[in-house]
Amino acid sequence: MNEWLDPLLLSRWQFGLTTVYHFLFVPLTIGMALTVAIFQTAWVRTDKAKYLQLTHFFGKIFLINFAMGVVTGIVQEFQFGMNWSDYSRFVGDVFGAPLAFEGILAFFLEATFIGLWIFGWDKLPKKVHLATIWLTSIGTITSAYFILAANAFMQNPIADAYVMNEEKGRAELTSIGALLTNPIVLASFPHTIFACFMVSAGLIISVAAWHLARNQHFDTMRPALKFGMWMMIIAGILTTLSGDQLSLIMTEVQPMKMASAEAMYVTATGANASFSIFTLGTPDGVSELFSVRVPYLLSFLSTHTLDGTVEGINNLQAQYVEAYGPGDYTPTIWITYWAFRWMIGLGLAHMLVAVAGLFFTRKSAAKPARPWMWKVAIWSFPMSLLAMSVGWTFTEMGRQPWIVFGLMRTEDGISPGVTGLEILISLIVFTLLYGILAVVEFKLILKAVQKGPDDAPVLDAESGVVKQAVTVY
Amino acid sequence: MDLTILWFWIIAAMFIGYFVLDGFDFGVGMSLPFLGKDDTDRRVLINTIGPVWDLNETWVIVAGAALFAAFPEWYATMFSGFYLALLLILVALILRGVSFEYRHQRPESVWKKWFDGMIIVGSAVPALLWGVAFSNVVRGVKLDVNHDYAGTFFDLLNPYALLGGVTTLLLFFLHGVVFISLKTEGDIRVRARKLATRAGIVTIVVAASFLAWTTLAYGTLASAVFAALAAVALIASFLANLRGAERLAFGLMAGTIAFAVLTLFGSLFPDVMPASNDPANSLTIANASSSAYTLGVMSWTALIGMPVILLYQGWTYWVFRKRIGRAQIEVAVH
Repeated sequence: MNEWLDPLLLSRWQFGLTTVYHFLFVPLTIGMALTVAIFQTAWVRTDKAKYLQLTHFFGKIFLINFAMGVVTGIVQEFQFGMNWSDYSRFVGDVFGAPLAFEGILAFFLEATFIGLWIFGWDKLPKKVHLATIWLTSIGTITSAYFILAANAFMQNPIADAYVMNEEKGRAELTSIGALLTNPIVLASFPHTIFACFMVSAGLIISVAAWHLARNQHFDTMRPALKFGMWMMIIAGILTTLSGDQLSLIMTEVQPMKMASAEAMYVTATGANASFSIFTLGTPDGVSELFSVRVPYLLSFLSTHTLDGTVEGINNLQAQYVEAYGPGDYTPTIWITYWAFRWMIGLGLAHMLVAVAGLFFTRKSAAKPARPWMWKVAIWSFPMSLLAMSVGWTFTEMGRQPWIVFGLMRTEDGISPGVTGLEILISLIVFTLLYGILAVVEFKLILKAVQKGPDDAPVLDAESGVVKQAVTVY
Repeated sequence: MDLTILWFWIIAAMFIGYFVLDGFDFGVGMSLPFLGKDDTDRRVLINTIGPVWDLNETWVIVAGAALFAAFPEWYATMFSGFYLALLLILVALILRGVSFEYRHQRPESVWKKWFDGMIIVGSAVPALLWGVAFSNVVRGVKLDVNHDYAGTFFDLLNPYALLGGVTTLLLFFLHGVVFISLKTEGDIRVRARKLATRAGIVTIVVAASFLAWTTLAYGTLASAVFAALAAVALIASFLANLRGAERLAFGLMAGTIAFAVLTLFGSLFPDVMPASNDPANSLTIANASSSAYTLGVMSWTALIGMPVILLYQGWTYWVFRKRIGRAQIEVAVH
């Protein structure tokens, strides 16, 4: 067969492309819904115009982004059936339930109350209107829980949650409680949510830094910058702590992923279980030419002890061959290795920028003391999005070659009835469409950002409600 | 009642929710070239669905997820089998959704023209293709022993399914135009009612043919009753519109769409995807469904969740109950 029309390869590329793309908008939606809700709460409580200006300003950016999150999300749900029909048959009984929960309990909430928020400024009492953005935020966060619970089953199909129905050749749900309390989701949920807050903090820092560097919109952008930096630090600490929990559990249930994160071929204990910050290796990744290492760190990350043992890839490969038959059970090491490092490195860099930023702006000086600082801070947003993407790339590539760890291989999950040509067509269509929309989206957000906050709108003297519609299509 | 049968009808109910609600969104989108004389008119039209299109569209996400969870085999076969049709629907829904949000971001008329075009195409394509897809499900498609689709894309473009597609296209168009007459004021409201009369005649003829064909070729007693009710509701809606009873006309259009969906599901029962080549390969409620445990868990979720959802969605429509006219658009600064 023509290698360009390999359905497996094309389906994987399509899933990777559409998922990474979708997840550029989702973290911003989750993070910004909460951020905007906080700004609006500050306005309702203090009646200070600057908070209303910030609510509208960041609300506008949030909405440009929101539409993309919604429409690219439909692709996510449809493509399980379209490109991965054998996976859907195998796992639908288990995996479908959290998706349906997500729809019934979260998506409706989010989609309904966002409409009320956008168009309800002049129609709802102040506090009811405030409640709509909080309900939207709750919807976005709840939806993340269910989707991560579904994903956790792919990472770690816990035995308490399902049985195999051999006759039907599928996994069947036996305990929804066990499915929703998978140790992976208990750790990956806070890790993901706090990382989303880092992304929205990154956006606020970037936007505020851009204006402050130009000495404009000082009244709104200075509090925004401070807020963004504190949010970055707090969310960053919580992301780190939950990430630490996640790697402990991962070492236990997906040791191959941890070993591939470190590209560690041979089982190591104590000081030998070192964490390499940088490695130069031969192109095939099998041997190492140069590296900077921190002894004990990997042992500590994986087991929380200094003399822990971390299993190596070669060892695990041999174990898996014994358990699942001959085959290659190793993920693509250079991807997992570098994705893991970029995720951690970028995350820590952001927190550092935020700490430095708070220090340099601690005096309420009108003029930026360090112009270079703004230039660094402007990168907070794109880099935090990149950190998010490589984090997911790591966790999904680290699961390979399994689509459901230990139960089903990725190659067995594709749609047998769909031809390589059809998938190639859809891959090209999505690539072009997403590419064009990315450019339009970026320009619109840039325009809204550069315009800066509008003046505070006129309020009704009696009720304090915004008098005129804020958004009109 | 057997949970699998309950879920067959819950899936039907969710698609009714989707087609009744997003149906008028599609209709409003398709009406832009007919009712939108200038930019202000077009903005009036788009703003009738502005606050609600997203929640309406969410019904298809929930229906899809429920289908995945309750009938994984049905979901897997239909979505992989109708691959290119669904790809077109996805592209259309993406273009339509971003256009609502992007259109008003810039003042240039070229910019708006582009997004108007995408709203029109993005509404017409799903309105047509959902009908084609569901008609093919009712008609039966080639399935192999593993229940995988064994036909081609062009097999889906048969006369019956194309008539089904034109039927949903016209029904949603009419539904949207009636919705506009209910939600706008002034000249546009008058023109919407006139357009609904003209479109109504064509729609009645096409929809009646499709319902008759469905009943004669694939019908059961139940589906025949649903088809008759759909036809009656459609004609009653036409008459209500003539007499200017906009609310009634809209309610009857919603009823028409609901009964039309029930006609299709009634014809399917107890199959979910009949195989046209060999009945042994058919997907049925029994062999396509999830385990009793999963369906039980989902039943409780739906039982608790759906009434709350209907309540707050109903409240949303109540908050935005006011008619929209040119004045509101002209006042708006942005």
